[in-house]
Amino acid sequence: MTGAHHAMTTPILSARDVRKSYGRGANRFDALKGVSLDVLEGESIAIIGKSGSGKSTLMHVLALLDQPTDGTIELAGEDTRSLSGAALNRARNQTFGFVFQQFFLTPNASVLENVMLPLKIAGVGRAERRRRALAVLEQLELADKAKNKAVSLSGGQKQRSVIARALVNRPRVIFADEPTGNLDTATGAVVEDILFDLNREHGITLIIVTHDEELASRCDRRVHIRDGLIVDIVERAPDAERAATAEERAA
Amino acid sequence: MNPVDLVGSAVGNTFRSKTRTILTILAIFVGAFTLTITNGLGTGINRYIDDTVAAMGAEDVMTVTKVAENATDASDGPREYDPDAIVGEQNGPPGTTNVVAPIGSAELDELAGIDGVVRVQPAKRVDVDSIAHDGGTEYEIGVGGFVSGMRLQLAAGEQPDIEASDFQVVIPDSYLDVLGFDDADAAIGEPVTLAVTDAERTRHEVEATVVGVAEASLGTTSSAVPNDALNDALFAAQSTGLDASELDAYSQATVWFDPASSADEVAALEADLADAGYDSTTVAQQLGAFKSVIDGIVLVLNAFAIIALLAASFGIVNTLLMSVQERTREIGLMKAMGMGSGKVFGLFSLEAVFIGFLGSAIGAGLGMIAGSAISSALGGALLADLPGLTLIAFDPVSIAAIIIVVMGVAFLAGTLPAVRAARADPVESLRYE
Repeated sequence: MTGAHHAMTTPILSARDVRKSYGRGANRFDALKGVSLDVLEGESIAIIGKSGSGKSTLMHVLALLDQPTDGTIELAGEDTRSLSGAALNRARNQTFGFVFQQFFLTPNASVLENVMLPLKIAGVGRAERRRRALAVLEQLELADKAKNKAVSLSGGQKQRSVIARALVNRPRVIFADEPTGNLDTATGAVVEDILFDLNREHGITLIIVTHDEELASRCDRRVHIRDGLIVDIVERAPDAERAATAEERAA
Repeated sequence: MNPVDLVGSAVGNTFRSKTRTILTILAIFVGAFTLTITNGLGTGINRYIDDTVAAMGAEDVMTVTKVAENATDASDGPREYDPDAIVGEQNGPPGTTNVVAPIGSAELDELAGIDGVVRVQPAKRVDVDSIAHDGGTEYEIGVGGFVSGMRLQLAAGEQPDIEASDFQVVIPDSYLDVLGFDDADAAIGEPVTLAVTDAERTRHEVEATVVGVAEASLGTTSSAVPNDALNDALFAAQSTGLDASELDAYSQATVWFDPASSADEVAALEADLADAGYDSTTVAQQLGAFKSVIDGIVLVLNAFAIIALLAASFGIVNTLLMSVQERTREIGLMKAMGMGSGKVFGLFSLEAVFIGFLGSAIGAGLGMIAGSAISSALGGALLADLPGLTLIAFDPVSIAAIIIVVMGVAFLAGTLPAVRAARADPVESLRYE
């Protein structure tokens, strides 16, 4: 039934026979050797593989951070090769949110400043971006830390700040690169819950790059990648209880 | 990112690494400070020269002499005697005689007829023997000419009134003591007696009222300056006994031209005068050579300051390259979040410009304070003999120009790091550890 529902909508992101090579001649390295993948609006998807498998490259290409050597990426049905640099920048700014393992917070700026950064880049006015950033910090229970410097936060608080920053632009897709890689199990579980809540409650598409099978198993689909090729796509065994409640709610 | 945020972020980023930024600002500060002082020196001295020009004579006035027919240089051998020729007032190099043809009423009419000449007046040169006050001791004194538009630098009193019919005189402040005045103000309104001797060795005394006391300055020597009425009276007294033809022979004349004339129009007038057989010199020309020397010296000093600035600009390059290096991941993140390369370039360029602005504004500010302090210290001691000279003066336009030039240099220095930041590949930058 979920399958039928997906088939009716245009994938938000679609990779068609994407290849990516680095270097040339003897040094040529093929990171992706022809990958096709549709990411549907509202689903959660895990890209799993060992380091060097090409999973990060696939994420970068899907996130329009990197151009494929060959093949196309479609964003909501539109070929991204036809987009100008400014349009690509706008698409990343308005449509995507990024959560990285290493946080990438500006250490000596306040949490609020860090969270406001995407809005600042988007050119949102001072008062509006402050309001929205505070709202999203409230949502992630970090409002009391808004004035603290990012460097003073604990690992879990940092990653929640990063999620707040990814959310502040109300993105349709969140890319998470090893989001729990730098966190202890308990904190990591909290961060995972937040991400899957956002996916379920707000319909934000979640693309998680990880080598953690346990985290991957919570996603709707697991895409296994090895040596630049998709070797397996596993749909999550339908959780009968939850699927039923979802159906009931839909009905 | 909107422009206000861009500037705000750039300014904020400037102080992320305070020590490094401050050191860079200091380097620029040295250059800007030096440039401010050297420029101030040029401004101060040139302004003083301009003031002096006004004191020496009006700007719309030129001194005209008639070229003697045999006035060619003395090195051709002895010059044939010309009974009409007179020794000019303008002295050439030592050893030469400056012979000019006399200017009489015919020549004055001719001069008045030349296109562009507004008014012409013979320079009545007066040789005063002495000056005395209240029957006291007589002291030797020279007499300078005064023409309308001229402004003496006065310690007290006012400029001689050119229209007045009473006899007025401005005396130099060095005569105050000997004439028995307590100070400059005490001399104002007091009578003084000027003595002249005519051709028959008869002594004439003319009484005049002191209306002003002049400060010694570069242009005015220690001479008394009479108004026209007094000068005419002195000239008449001195000329007693001369016949009409001897009276009607002046060594030079003063020609007025339209004060609104451009430099080209003045040059054209001088060419016309030259065609008619007259040499002419404007006051500005008399000081022009002096001014070019000052400008040359200031240029050399400025060159040193600019070398200092160039050295400082490498400091900016270095500082910003380090910043770009340190902020690689942040740049990557901002680009991933959709910040365009142009904005990234702008962010780092603005940071460079801001560093340049801080260095130059502080340098110019302190340069002005130091310059004023130096010039008032020197004015009271070393340069006390040149009242009215502010050795280092500042004019807002050149200070603004210095700041803008330094900001421009900073911008250029910032382009290399800014381009590097703008070109950074977000994926590479985010991978950077």
